[in-house]
Amino acid sequence: MKRILHTFHGGIHPPQHKLESTQLPIALAPLPPKLVIPLIQHIGTPAQPLVEPGDLVLKGQVIGQPEGAISAAIHASSSGRVVALEPHAIPHPSGIPQLAVVIEVDGDDRWVEHSPLDYRTAERGELLSRLKAAGVVGLGGAVFPSHVKLDPQQYKLQTLILNGAECEPWISSDDMLMRERAADIVKGIDILRYLLGPQEIIVGIEDNKPEAIAALRSASQGCGIEVAAIPTIYPGGGERQLIKVLTGKEVPVGVRPFNVGVVCTNIATAYSIHRAVNLGEPVISRIVTVTGNVRQPRNFEALVGTPLHHLIALAGGVLPDTKRYLMGGPMMGVPLPSLDVPLVKASNCILALSEQLQAPPPPALPCIRCTRCADACPMDLGPFELYWFACGKNFGKAQEYDLFDCIECACCDYVCPSHIPLVHYFRFAKSEIWAREKEKEAADAARQRHEFRQLRLEREKAEKMAKHAKAAGTAPSDSDAKKAAIQAALERAKAKKAAVVPKNVENLPPQAQHEIDQIEARRAAPHNAEIPNDTDSATSN
Amino acid sequence: MLIALAVMALLAAVIGTVLGYAAIKFKVEGNPLVERIDAILPQTQCGQCGFPGCRPYAEAIAHGEAEINRCPPGGEEGIHRLADLLGVEFKPFGEDQAQPKPKSVAVIDEPLCIGCTLCIQACPVDAIVGAAKQMHVIIADQCTGCELCVPPCPVECIRMEPIALGVNNWKWDYPVAEITRIPHGKAAS
Repeated sequence: MKRILHTFHGGIHPPQHKLESTQLPIALAPLPPKLVIPLIQHIGTPAQPLVEPGDLVLKGQVIGQPEGAISAAIHASSSGRVVALEPHAIPHPSGIPQLAVVIEVDGDDRWVEHSPLDYRTAERGELLSRLKAAGVVGLGGAVFPSHVKLDPQQYKLQTLILNGAECEPWISSDDMLMRERAADIVKGIDILRYLLGPQEIIVGIEDNKPEAIAALRSASQGCGIEVAAIPTIYPGGGERQLIKVLTGKEVPVGVRPFNVGVVCTNIATAYSIHRAVNLGEPVISRIVTVTGNVRQPRNFEALVGTPLHHLIALAGGVLPDTKRYLMGGPMMGVPLPSLDVPLVKASNCILALSEQLQAPPPPALPCIRCTRCADACPMDLGPFELYWFACGKNFGKAQEYDLFDCIECACCDYVCPSHIPLVHYFRFAKSEIWAREKEKEAADAARQRHEFRQLRLEREKAEKMAKHAKAAGTAPSDSDAKKAAIQAALERAKAKKAAVVPKNVENLPPQAQHEIDQIEARRAAPHNAEIPNDTDSATSN
Repeated sequence: MLIALAVMALLAAVIGTVLGYAAIKFKVEGNPLVERIDAILPQTQCGQCGFPGCRPYAEAIAHGEAEINRCPPGGEEGIHRLADLLGVEFKPFGEDQAQPKPKSVAVIDEPLCIGCTLCIQACPVDAIVGAAKQMHVIIADQCTGCELCVPPCPVECIRMEPIALGVNNWKWDYPVAEITRIPHGKAAS
């Protein structure tokens, strides 16, 4: 039965540029002399470093431990000596250096002890912890830790979708992976099937990759996996767009796909799940497309941490008119500050661009409200309206118009006749709103703690008062009662003093009685009586 | 005439009942304006406004006893939001008052700490952990950067460190079109 495909709103048809990098098979990139492995290569908390400069590490050894609920392990990509643990430039739009482990490789490429896990006999929790330990993250670009996404307790799954659409121009890493390693991808899908128990499994591949479709179809024969060719339209590989095309289900605002019974994973993630479980190898390498303005564009299987200039050199170097580099495609790619940054788990493509290949956009002109952006938006938003709100920093209104549904696919940028950098405005607005929400949360927490502290101080004070009152034996309800209590205490003391009776004074000898009488007389008139020195030297001073 | 009076009386009775019921049912406890002002204030509890905490300052603003430009941690944006809420004009920070500073957290130089607990008593949000004659530690996530723990320390082992810009608190900048020089001759064409 042929699947009925659906369509999503909008989308564009930019030039494909896929052929450049699919002419040659995947090449294994040789070991670079130095590996720079950042401790944050995923969404969530950075991993905690487990090594120090001077340590010897083996290939696949854990060098960063996952920290917190959403985090992933980081591994050494090859054997060698850790020479530094320092902030290093990473492919991130901020350009802020992040903590990275720098390894000087010894060339032996010696593996740490690792073993496969038979997933058919393993517990699901065991399988998930294997994924966590192997540092498996979504390789489609979002790099969300897979052990969190694939936790089967969270949902009842109907459809598992494997995303092989690879809709962005220039990139061909998933295409080449499917062509050359379809059997391994199917093994990874089998693990996902065991883990999630879906009713149906669909692999969605854009119809501009006939070789990949054929390879995966022949590899998955009789496995209950459906390989669907979907129309080539950008951004057909967006999670929500792919779900819409394949199932007709629209994922509502603010809801994750699993709430509608769908999980969507990249095929490269399925491949790394196969490596992690069936071979016991953590994610230490990936397929990356090096293309654009380079002499010999092709795909490489490169180690995580390989400096990008090393890969560019392997692709024959760049042509002299190269102006800038992107990590990712031309639509959503991150501009690279330099080629000194390392390859990370998210790097699916290194794109060198000249002005001829992609001219920098001319200066932005005012919005003319042509609404072409709204026609192109695959999320059915009104980018021109969001633009006004972001421009005027009216963030509340932007949120009302579903700013957070924007997937930053840059279709609106592409069609805008005024060349307005719309996505940049949306990113600005999103990060401002996030920062404000974080501040608000911090303020609420501080208020709560402050109020609790005041409550505690008052309670302690009251407890102290009650304790003192108990010790005094009366309830100090008001000041009059207190005064009365003090007065009573004074009188009691006076009475006690008056009532002091000398003891053992009966039957005294006359001499002692005389002495007492003398003392009493002195006490009665201490100032007008002269004290004889010889009789009372002990008391004189 | 009688019918008119009766109708008016009936109306008065019905409306009075409804209003009386609403007054009980929908009674608002406290001053809601204080809550809304307090929600805008940054809750550092630093006392730079001259009041012992954010809520007293919010109460003072609500009663018209304090200016809206006394809260440096809230920044100019905080003043703007207070001005919007209260329908008054924006007022910049006075030159003789405390000025906004970059957000920071307190850090204890642990080898110097003598464990006197004075900073723990000063912290308005209980963000310092420690006991008498034990080393104290600041919980950086809970620290509001109020600086109230700095003066009581007898050995001056607490310093304020500005929060470093990292990937987690980095923000996209506002898009600004670059001004580029148009090559000579091209401008005329």
